[in-house]
Amino acid sequence: MRVALFITCVNDTLFPGTGQAVVTLLRRLGCDVEFPQAQTCCGQMHVNTGYPEEGRLLARHFVDVFAEYDAVVAPSGSCAAMVREQYPRLTRATAPAAVPAAGTSADATVAGVAPAGRVRVPSSGGPVSFADEVAALTPKVYDLSEFLIDVLGVTDVGAYFPHRVTYHPTCHSLRGLHLGDRPTRLLEQVRGLELVPLPGADECCGFGGTFAVKNPAISAAMCGDKVHNVVSTRAEVLCAADNSCLMHIGGTLKRQRTGVRIMHLAEILAATEVTR
Amino acid sequence: MSGGNNTFLGMPAFPENAAAAVQNSQLRFNLRKATHTIRGKRAGVVAELPDWMELRQAGKEIKDHTLRNLERYLLQLEEAVTEAGGHVHWAADADEANRIVADLVKATGETSVVKVKSIATQEIGLNEALQAEGITAYETDLAELIVQLGDDWPSHILVPAIHRNRSEIREIFQDKMADWGRAAPEGLTDEPSALAEAARLHLRERFLSTKVAVSGANFMIAETGTLVILESEGNGRMCLTLPETLISVVGIEKLLPSWRDLEVFLQLLPRSSTGERMNPYTSAWTGAVEGQEFHLVLLDNGRTQVLADEVGRQALRCIRCSACLNVCPVYERAGGHSYGSVYPGPIGAILTPQLRGMSSAVDASLPYASTLCGACFEVCPVAIDIPEVLVHLRGKAPHARAERLGMRAAGWVLNRPGRLGRTQRLGSRLRRFVPKRLPGPLSGWTNTRDIPDIPAESFRDWWNRTDGGAR
Repeated sequence: MRVALFITCVNDTLFPGTGQAVVTLLRRLGCDVEFPQAQTCCGQMHVNTGYPEEGRLLARHFVDVFAEYDAVVAPSGSCAAMVREQYPRLTRATAPAAVPAAGTSADATVAGVAPAGRVRVPSSGGPVSFADEVAALTPKVYDLSEFLIDVLGVTDVGAYFPHRVTYHPTCHSLRGLHLGDRPTRLLEQVRGLELVPLPGADECCGFGGTFAVKNPAISAAMCGDKVHNVVSTRAEVLCAADNSCLMHIGGTLKRQRTGVRIMHLAEILAATEVTR
Repeated sequence: MSGGNNTFLGMPAFPENAAAAVQNSQLRFNLRKATHTIRGKRAGVVAELPDWMELRQAGKEIKDHTLRNLERYLLQLEEAVTEAGGHVHWAADADEANRIVADLVKATGETSVVKVKSIATQEIGLNEALQAEGITAYETDLAELIVQLGDDWPSHILVPAIHRNRSEIREIFQDKMADWGRAAPEGLTDEPSALAEAARLHLRERFLSTKVAVSGANFMIAETGTLVILESEGNGRMCLTLPETLISVVGIEKLLPSWRDLEVFLQLLPRSSTGERMNPYTSAWTGAVEGQEFHLVLLDNGRTQVLADEVGRQALRCIRCSACLNVCPVYERAGGHSYGSVYPGPIGAILTPQLRGMSSAVDASLPYASTLCGACFEVCPVAIDIPEVLVHLRGKAPHARAERLGMRAAGWVLNRPGRLGRTQRLGSRLRRFVPKRLPGPLSGWTNTRDIPDIPAESFRDWWNRTDGGAR
């Protein structure tokens, strides 16, 4: 199985340690991982801010980079959700109007129109639309915890992390990917780790990509409440499966001098007696 | 005078309204308490039904089917209502609807009407339009009465006075009730039962003396021409039965094909809105009842335009339950008035810009009044994918030039791995010069948060240098 890492542009640029932890962890579990150098960004910021054309270009690029792999693993719930949820919509938007021209049968319409997103002609078979390529790729894109539990079939990854930890399930991992309790099941198996529940865990932290910039007052109020809940757990570490949300909450935790550290799930799962 | 959409015109954009609202600690406290209470109640009664997801799917499909065949069912409804002795009027927009209602009231020779809580009539600013014609409209829904007496705007679909607490309500009753009819009793306390009794006495006079009523409807049934209202206080039933003339103003999307379809919605709506298994009062009427004259005003006001948008049209499935408001973290902090419309919260953020267009500052900002957290979609009883519609509308919203340039530049960098790598290395080299507080539009973020340190090396450079950690 050829497994590609999709490290995401935010992790690549600002949180390289998370990507390194993913590599360490997956190698320890016997996985041979590749990092396709051509990867850039899933396009979430553009699409969610209202720039679907730019987003579509980045989606096109993403599909070209990752189409050949058997699995794509991302340490980000929101970027994985972007690919799985939004890419099919982006391809629908490029598809031609479903109204057949007068006199053509429905069958002729399906075969006869050239979709705007059509780019590749594979070696065998007929032309493949962008929608087909996306449909083929999206089931192979996994968030890290899904890949560990659903594909590799492990919950005990051999980690050791003797600290008090609380977990924030980010909105996109909760309601976009439906990760459920996968991340906490993984954390519960970490030796030495004390997992404490976060009050109001399923409430949004107020990041929302450009929302934090466009609606700073509401965003700050939401994050303030989230931080209040984090501090109330007396945890040393706030863990999540998405560094964007962690950056947002962590920025406030730091500004308020709370002393609570942020760590990506991958970093805790990669930790062992040797590293800590 | 309170109410209609005209009052909202010229409002600043959502972020400014919300920034002011979030400073109001009383408002935040009231909203947090109310929305958390009702969201807990909703979750409890929804969990009781093992087939909730099937019901939700059925609600979605019935609504979609109706919307796809709207013209056919509307004509069927018109025929059935007429057959049953009612009169049907078609209103393309707010002005036409208001004119029809004003003319109908004037024809009765009356100068006042009682109203059942109706969001459609608030959408078109009916109370103000009637006032201009010398007709006074009296709200009879308790929360709507509070809003009207307080010369205020509704801020929630189900609980229009959710932003008021009971001591504020007591003050409003004491100060204003006398101007509108029977005064508040002496020594009124802020006990809920005392406030309810004051409203009951005030309204009773109104019900018994007014000969014309204006209502909305939760559902219209095409096969029989029946209108249905679900309510909690009984004021609706008084308005529907006592007056000699009943005028119902209803959005064309409130249609259901048959009585059988109602079964689904009588389960979905009360559980989603008030967190009850069944609402206390369900009233249904078909055409003109004995001695009563009945008029139905079918309101378009932008709805057919919404129907033409393949993604956006799902907003027309909305049954106005307000579950999305009660779970929305943005609504909870911004309050209903920030949305500049009678439709606040997540559903308002997608419905208002579609009904009104995005030419005003507040309407253009509404698609951005969400973090896309998805809580609204999860609770919606007719499965409106609100985040999907928000993103779709953002694609159509006007963008500021600076943002457009920034997004294009980011797209240019991100479109090639080489450009991204060079930008990362430039950032790393300059990382000591990145200020802790960013300028311009990004300052909103760094006002309350520390930006993360830029690492010395990006992941891709680390991978290349160490051969993926092997060296």
